[in-house]
Amino acid sequence: MECVFGLVGNGFAVVAADTSAVHSILVHKSNEDKIMALDSHKLIAASGESGDRVQFTEYIQKNVALYQFRNGIPLTTAAAANFTRGELATALRKNPYFVNILLAGYDKETGPSLYYIDYISTLHKVDKGAFGYGSFFSLSLMDRHYHSGMSLEEAIDLVDKCILEIRSRLVMAPPNFVIKIVDKDGARHFAWRESIKDDSVVPSA
Amino acid sequence: MSRRYDSRTTIFSPEGRLYQVEYAMEAIGNAGTAIGILSKDGVVLVGEKKVTSKLLQTSTSTEKMYKIDDHVACAVAGIMSDANILINTARVQAQRYTFSYQEPMPVEQLVQSLCDTKQGYTQFGGLRPFGVSFLFAGWDKNFGFQLYMSDPSGNYGGWKAAAIGANNQAAQSMLKQDYKDDLTREEAVQLALKVLSKTMDSTSLTSEKLELAEVFLSPSGNVKYQVCSPDSLSKLLVKFGVTQPAAEAS
Repeated sequence: MECVFGLVGNGFAVVAADTSAVHSILVHKSNEDKIMALDSHKLIAASGESGDRVQFTEYIQKNVALYQFRNGIPLTTAAAANFTRGELATALRKNPYFVNILLAGYDKETGPSLYYIDYISTLHKVDKGAFGYGSFFSLSLMDRHYHSGMSLEEAIDLVDKCILEIRSRLVMAPPNFVIKIVDKDGARHFAWRESIKDDSVVPSA
Repeated sequence: MSRRYDSRTTIFSPEGRLYQVEYAMEAIGNAGTAIGILSKDGVVLVGEKKVTSKLLQTSTSTEKMYKIDDHVACAVAGIMSDANILINTARVQAQRYTFSYQEPMPVEQLVQSLCDTKQGYTQFGGLRPFGVSFLFAGWDKNFGFQLYMSDPSGNYGGWKAAAIGANNQAAQSMLKQDYKDDLTREEAVQLALKVLSKTMDSTSLTSEKLELAEVFLSPSGNVKYQVCSPDSLSKLLVKFGVTQPAAEAS
């Protein structure tokens, strides 16, 4: 079942997500990247109904790009998070998207930040956050081990702890995870944590 | 010859001109002057009040300066009834942006959105253009202090010092001569008052005929829009030697 989580460290934010595309009792794919780059310094990790997830994150990504083309300046992470929340909130009373979002970004003035946005458009600025069944384990582990100003090594170590716990305690734990980070140098892929290889499909990242 | 093309804003004359737009700019030439000067620690706006009747009661302290948002203000020259409409749309745009992004609207975006509205009235049939020029003074986190000038055609540009309204050409050329980079806000006020005193028709400059507003950062780092009171404006005029002290004048 779905596991998306992230945390803010010293000068960077890291997000991790499972990479299983599931329908009913079937696993269709085990290398589905659920973390998208919004722009050069923003990551959007999403869980939820897979059609909604792709549609909505792409819609946000294209709007953020449009803003940048029109105005010549990028949106701050806070502005992008509020925009995303607004779009979810207006859709909520019409034809709601079932997507939960962790938005990580890095801004010159404010440094790294992480925003928690759920499908009923709750918006919170957080140091650590999680969605899905995996959140029961990742949240408790992050409560126990998170501290402010974590180094990249400490943060990745914590992410691995979470993945290990999910794999050992969750019924139907997803086999593979992807980890991405964003810091002053931009948003980028960091690592895969794979326990099975999906040879039929070439990994996308 | 040009008569045929005068009545339509939407049609070019054979010489490639839009007469209604040019007439709108002409209308602004009769309005009171407004001057804006960018300094390193703020933006200064001064305006000439044209209203002269002693019987007229002004409802607000300013009639040419308007606050658009916490970080943007503007000075107007032209038809005030037209300006009121545009000021209202500018305020709506600014709040709409804050609603979407929970951040103040970047100054240039605000100016651009307003100029898009102005442009629309030069192209889409049956209407006349807005007979208004604006000076926008503002601050945002990307580009700091900024000054923009816009005209009825929907054109706008960023300026270090600009003048609109009556005698704007003369004022503009004086500003060009006397403007220096790295002006302080106080020096900018002095320059603006000096230029206005020389380009205004009336001989003596008094606080009743003037408006002065400033956009700057308060010590706490917040953007502040401040309108100068008539009393302190009178003192400034004496201090800068633009006018004689009241006792000596009478």
